[in-house]
Amino acid sequence: MIRILSIFGGLFFALALLYSFGRGAYSAATDPVKESAERALHREPGPLKLASDGVFGHFDHAQLQRGFQVYQEVCANCHSLKLVAYRDLAALGYDEDEIKKIASNATVNAADPITGEFKDRPGLPTDHFPPVVYAGAGHPPDLSLITKAREGGGAYVHSLLTGYRAQTPAVLAAHPEAKTGENLFYNPWFSNLNIAMPPPLTGDGQVTYSDGTTASVDQMAQDVSAFLVWTAEPKLDKRRQTGLAVLGFLLFATILAYMAKRNVWAQLKRGDVGEASAID
Amino acid sequence: MSFPWAQDYTPRAPLMQWLDEKLPLPRLLHGAIGAGYPVPRNLSYMWNFGVLAGFCLVLQIVTGVILAMHYAANQAIAFNSVEHIMRDVNWGWLMRYAHANGASAFFVVIYMHIFRGLFYGSYKAPREMVWLLGVVIFLLLMATGFLGYVLPWGQMSFWGAQVITGLFGAIPVVGEPIQHWLLGGYAPDNAALNRFFSLHFLLPFVIAGVVILHIWALHINGSNNPTGIEVKRESDTIPFHPYYTAKDGFGLGVFLIVYAAFVFFMPNALGHADNYIPANPLQTPALIVPEWYFWPFYAILRSFTQDILFIPAKLMGVMAMFSSILLWFILPWLDKSPVRSGHYRPLYRKFFWVLVLDVLVLGYCGGSHAEEPYLMISQIATAYYFLHFLVILPIVASLERPDPLPYSITEAVLGHDEHAVLGAGRAVPAPVRVN
Repeated sequence: MIRILSIFGGLFFALALLYSFGRGAYSAATDPVKESAERALHREPGPLKLASDGVFGHFDHAQLQRGFQVYQEVCANCHSLKLVAYRDLAALGYDEDEIKKIASNATVNAADPITGEFKDRPGLPTDHFPPVVYAGAGHPPDLSLITKAREGGGAYVHSLLTGYRAQTPAVLAAHPEAKTGENLFYNPWFSNLNIAMPPPLTGDGQVTYSDGTTASVDQMAQDVSAFLVWTAEPKLDKRRQTGLAVLGFLLFATILAYMAKRNVWAQLKRGDVGEASAID
Repeated sequence: MSFPWAQDYTPRAPLMQWLDEKLPLPRLLHGAIGAGYPVPRNLSYMWNFGVLAGFCLVLQIVTGVILAMHYAANQAIAFNSVEHIMRDVNWGWLMRYAHANGASAFFVVIYMHIFRGLFYGSYKAPREMVWLLGVVIFLLLMATGFLGYVLPWGQMSFWGAQVITGLFGAIPVVGEPIQHWLLGGYAPDNAALNRFFSLHFLLPFVIAGVVILHIWALHINGSNNPTGIEVKRESDTIPFHPYYTAKDGFGLGVFLIVYAAFVFFMPNALGHADNYIPANPLQTPALIVPEWYFWPFYAILRSFTQDILFIPAKLMGVMAMFSSILLWFILPWLDKSPVRSGHYRPLYRKFFWVLVLDVLVLGYCGGSHAEEPYLMISQIATAYYFLHFLVILPIVASLERPDPLPYSITEAVLGHDEHAVLGAGRAVPAPVRVN
């Protein structure tokens, strides 16, 4: 009885699906969906090689410091970095005095420890990067986690920063709906192709690196991408170091476990079945 | 417990004798996972996944309890408290990645465990209760996994909660009140987050309770084995310890290597980037998908695109999604073939591998956008899923001529069994009749 009921139940679901499938196939055949502009024109993040890539990768402190400089001088005008504290910058190779100086350049609105009244004061190493008040239209996202919050990570940021370009007439003819609106900028790496952020890196030499590296647009984009990989995953180096040690140990322990298993089961191969083993 | 030839527990040390009289806990362990538990001698590595699932449960509880010490279940600060764990709590990043990837590892292990049971007919009599309790554990596990994914309060957490509780909204008449009651509001908010956290903390201990019942029920009849033939005598078995403790130890090592590779070197590979964006009720993500381990069921949910008679498409999808798991509860009575193991069922075996492929296809479609061709593919795959369990399985047992079974586990392993000769030794039960 239960099998007869189940067969009917199974046929009911299958027929319902056949109906859905038929309707779907019919509309797909008679009214094919035009490929959307996003699908046709969107581009996947291009390759970006960073020192922190790979199993044995490590952050390049000089590059992170350059990237931090780009963030401070360019990105920080609109984008906050609220999850990062000034004390965290020690991981970039800054010493205590440098961190105090960097922090004190910021203005932090905090409760006065005596009066409890909120007022502006210079930042301290324990402060997080302050919120950024953006006067224009739109919502520049906080950048602390941006390389983990976008597919492609650092490569996405690099591609986006260097991906501004003019819309060709051919593109416009094929996809008129993708036309860039007012105060928007065409960038095929952005999810809906038209981004509100004006090109932030406008020309070579926009920042002056203290280590003498030439500040080309591509170099600045790479450096700030590397920096944002760090802000999203500051424990990356420690994680990989720990991971190598853990994997080494596990490999060793597993080989031992395998040999122990072989040893124990060898008794069975000799045919002493059911006997209490010598190990017991 | 178990077979008459099970080794007795005889404590030698005075302390152990004293303990055995007051609280025979070592005796319990001896009979459950020690030398006092005879197990079929031919269990393959596919039988490691039960122990591994138990390990995952402990792992999740330990890492989860530590995370709960630092997490704040308040919608205003939940997201930042997770980042506090990642950045400022000592080894917090390890706890969180171990927990998040531990959930994925748990589901990998559980799916292997379930499909092992399907292939070898472990759900059949006399082990129906083991299977039924296993389905209960799986349902609890799904609930726990879903609740846990909401806690970081990222975009996918929020919209996942919205979609999944919305499923209850598809129930006629009482659906919406139920949805609002579950959420404690009209949309996921602080009330929902708080209760989800509370339940996420509770359910693993409920799972632990059902796991005890699951193992208890298992030990009544003992493990199934790759031949699917019941244990006949002592030569068919070996003591759990040291043989299977050693085998499980090696299996655990291999599991941990793969798991550690994910935790330390690709901890976000199985997650979704959008969940690193704080929850925003005003901005719907381009693609709302659950965690990968729900994708097959998500594909089933979305594959019903047309109303059937008076049943709306959404309700059909919800019914189908729940049915796809609930039908496992009647599985032991759908498959009436007396042969358990797929090794000896040539026709069933083929359908089994089609089902494996089918579920993988469903998973792929469930993780993709709800558009063609994925909808049409998942409609076919969902149809096969239901036909497999509800139509093919009941029928195939009648059509199929199983391959000859070995006389006993001993014969299957050693190639001969002295008791398999008629008249040899003492009287033995007749071999399993096939066909």
